Amino acid sequence: MTCSCCSDNRPNLLETYPEKRQKLDEYISKLDLGDDMERRKGFLIGCLHEAQHIFGYLPREVQELVGKRLRLQQSDVYGVISFYSFFTDQPVGKYKINVCTGTACFVRGADKILEEFKSKLGLEEGQSSADLKFTLTSIRCVGACSLAPVVMVNDRVYGNVTAKMVPEIIKNCE
Amino acid sequence: MLINNPEQLSALTLDLKKKADKAAKIQILVSMGTCGIAAGATPVFEAFKKEVSRRGNNDMKVLSVGCVGLCHSEPTVEILNVETGKSTIFGNVKPDQAAAILDGKGEQIKKSWYFPEDEKNPGDCLQARIVLRNSGRIDPESIDDYFLRGGYQAMAKVLTSMKPAEVVDMVTVSGLRGRGGGGFPTGKKWSIAAAQTSEEKYLICNADEGDPGAFMDRAVMEGDPHALLEAMVIAGYAIGARHGIIYVRAEYPLAVKRLQLAMDQAREYGLIGKNIFASGFDFDLNIKYGAGAFVCGEETALIRSISGMRGMPIYKPPFPAIAGLWAKPTIVNNVETFANIPAIIRKGAAWFKTIGTAGSPGTKVFSITGKVNKVGLIEVPMGTTLRNIIFGLGEGIRNGRKFKAVQTGGPSGGCIAEKSLDTPIDYDTLKALGSMMGSGGMIVMDEDDCMVDVAKFFVQFTMDESCGKCTPCRVGGRQMFGLLQKITSGDGTLEDLDTIKDLAHAVKTASLCGLGMTAPNPVLATMACFPEEYRAHIVDRKCPAGKCTNLISYVIDPEKCTGCTLCARKCPVGCISGKVKEKHVIDQNKCIHCGACYEACRFSAISKQ
Ligand SMILES: Cc1cc2nc3c(=O)[nH]c(=O)nc-3n(C[C@H](O)[C@H](O)[C@H](O)COP(=O)(O)O)c2cc1C
Ligand code: FES
Repeated sequence: MTCSCCSDNRPNLLETYPEKRQKLDEYISKLDLGDDMERRKGFLIGCLHEAQHIFGYLPREVQELVGKRLRLQQSDVYGVISFYSFFTDQPVGKYKINVCTGTACFVRGADKILEEFKSKLGLEEGQSSADLKFTLTSIRCVGACSLAPVVMVNDRVYGNVTAKMVPEIIKNCE
Repeated sequence: MLINNPEQLSALTLDLKKKADKAAKIQILVSMGTCGIAAGATPVFEAFKKEVSRRGNNDMKVLSVGCVGLCHSEPTVEILNVETGKSTIFGNVKPDQAAAILDGKGEQIKKSWYFPEDEKNPGDCLQARIVLRNSGRIDPESIDDYFLRGGYQAMAKVLTSMKPAEVVDMVTVSGLRGRGGGGFPTGKKWSIAAAQTSEEKYLICNADEGDPGAFMDRAVMEGDPHALLEAMVIAGYAIGARHGIIYVRAEYPLAVKRLQLAMDQAREYGLIGKNIFASGFDFDLNIKYGAGAFVCGEETALIRSISGMRGMPIYKPPFPAIAGLWAKPTIVNNVETFANIPAIIRKGAAWFKTIGTAGSPGTKVFSITGKVNKVGLIEVPMGTTLRNIIFGLGEGIRNGRKFKAVQTGGPSGGCIAEKSLDTPIDYDTLKALGSMMGSGGMIVMDEDDCMVDVAKFFVQFTMDESCGKCTPCRVGGRQMFGLLQKITSGDGTLEDLDTIKDLAHAVKTASLCGLGMTAPNPVLATMACFPEEYRAHIVDRKCPAGKCTNLISYVIDPEKCTGCTLCARKCPVGCISGKVKEKHVIDQNKCIHCGACYEACRFSAISKQ
């Protein structure tokens, strides 16, 4: 996989948002890391969650910062980010539209809902709009299967979604 | 305040009871789990609070509780008279109904569907509640509520009057089997870790709940978090572990919040931490997050994920009970497994064995979803038949359609057809049917679901979620998917079926972990139960369920077509011709089978063939 973060002229997040950097630094400083290298690694996923929560995504400079603080190899950090679907090194939209494609939603027609979002937003799965307003992704089960098909926009869960509701869900993002 | 011994706990509980007796007699319980909230429970909760304070009635108290499992009628409100135990549950409640419901008017839920543990079974109720006994009854954010329901009594008993070996024995005798899917005897697993001499041992709660369609673990964590904590202290004591970790999937923010709160409360009372009940036993807990990888539900992958690595399973043995987290003895148990423990301790192993079947004692929580009328979360004794679950509790298939199959065991399980519906289900019978218990997700399918498509769905799932470490799973899964795709697009041959079987056999036998070993199950099960559907796709180039787009053609019935032109306007490729008020025709060569015309037609003139 090639990373696009070095090729474009994207501003360095750590420099642009010193207060965010400070927040992450403080979070890591509070951890009881210890000196055992193996066990220090156990804090990696927690730190990445926090970092993604603060910055929205995990560009290279943030990965490097986390790696440095935990004294881990860059490859270890990137390896974890690329393995877990929750982490992303690409900027994401302000509204993350997650269409559940878990089994319960699948049998209740999640594919149609996903198609409707694709056509209404003009995005493919996994893409973000140019203005970074929307990101469209599919996820596997949010645990609200009884309301299938389910769409989650950031933290808000919509249940029993029909294709007709899609424009309204998008409108609610204003 | 610290609770130092069982007497203090009893005194505190008694005190709370006295206070409760003086407090409100009528409890208004609003079910507010993730799904309740999604269905609109928050404004309902607010409306009831407002209405109660408007009436100035000190006899009424509004509580936010966890999931009762009545997902089909969410938001639900239960009006409970604490003195008489009489309760009425209202479903599909809107905020503006608050006043009417307080006067007893609204859509009531039949009692045969659900009755709370402390009420007598009205006789025809199929459910029995051990795991979900408190869910929906107590405010999960209040430790006092948990005390009032006998909370932490089991832990007190264990820590002050039982030896670790006695606890392990009790769980062994109860016959409890792991609810995370495999059904491994819990007591046996504990005894392996207990026998290790290592100073440092770990206890992990597997709350990754990756099986799409299953949400019982979420319900327990959101509805009764203290039960999980209590069970973990007991288990830690039994195996000699002083560190507990709850590994929760990142998709469950509300569960994490409530667990965190419960942990803070328990710590304040000294119920977790150092020298619990002055027994000399220390136990502390923390939460670790998953990050969206299904395979991390597998225990060795989960341990690697906690260690900050890519969640790739490793070869067993050594089993985690001997060398797990940081190479120390580690026990991994599922949330629902733990939730059974306090009840077993309080009521005894013999009691537990009276419920369920001989080989699988106790209850199992199932989430029934899909094409069934009453979707929800149910807890039934092991040995209940699928028919009772789907047609009894689930009240049959939606929209009068015909039942086709039920999928159990998630991506590792299989489909069960009509003919096996009367089998009493437990771990062993499901396995014999070519499926498995899994975590308890049950997805009901009707005649509109194509079984080849369903098999493809699951294979795609395991293919996407394969960690890529071992070749049979990584490559075999992709190949199976390719063949299924070929069949569903109408290009399959009968030889493909043999190739799939061969591949399935190879993937099953040669994969490293349970993900690969069970990945072919949905394909094999559907091939065994629905061979005619596979043949129809291959030989007749037809999808009997009308699901596989390439294999259906849309045809306009000239009798019914009114020439309204709507379909022609909706068609994205312009393959429908016909003038206003004249019969329209679809050009089959140009048609992309998108179904837009089918959905648009207001005269049911277009049919799938
Ligand atoms: C691919 C795969 C996914 C699994 N996912 C889960 C899961 O989400 N939750 C769970 O409790 N067990 C899961 N398991 C089973 C665990 O490996 C383990 O057996 C279980 O947590 C043990 O707990 P129990 O004995 O209480 O069932 C999974 C297994 C495999 C092979
Ligand atoms: S399958 Fe969609 S929420 Fe569970």
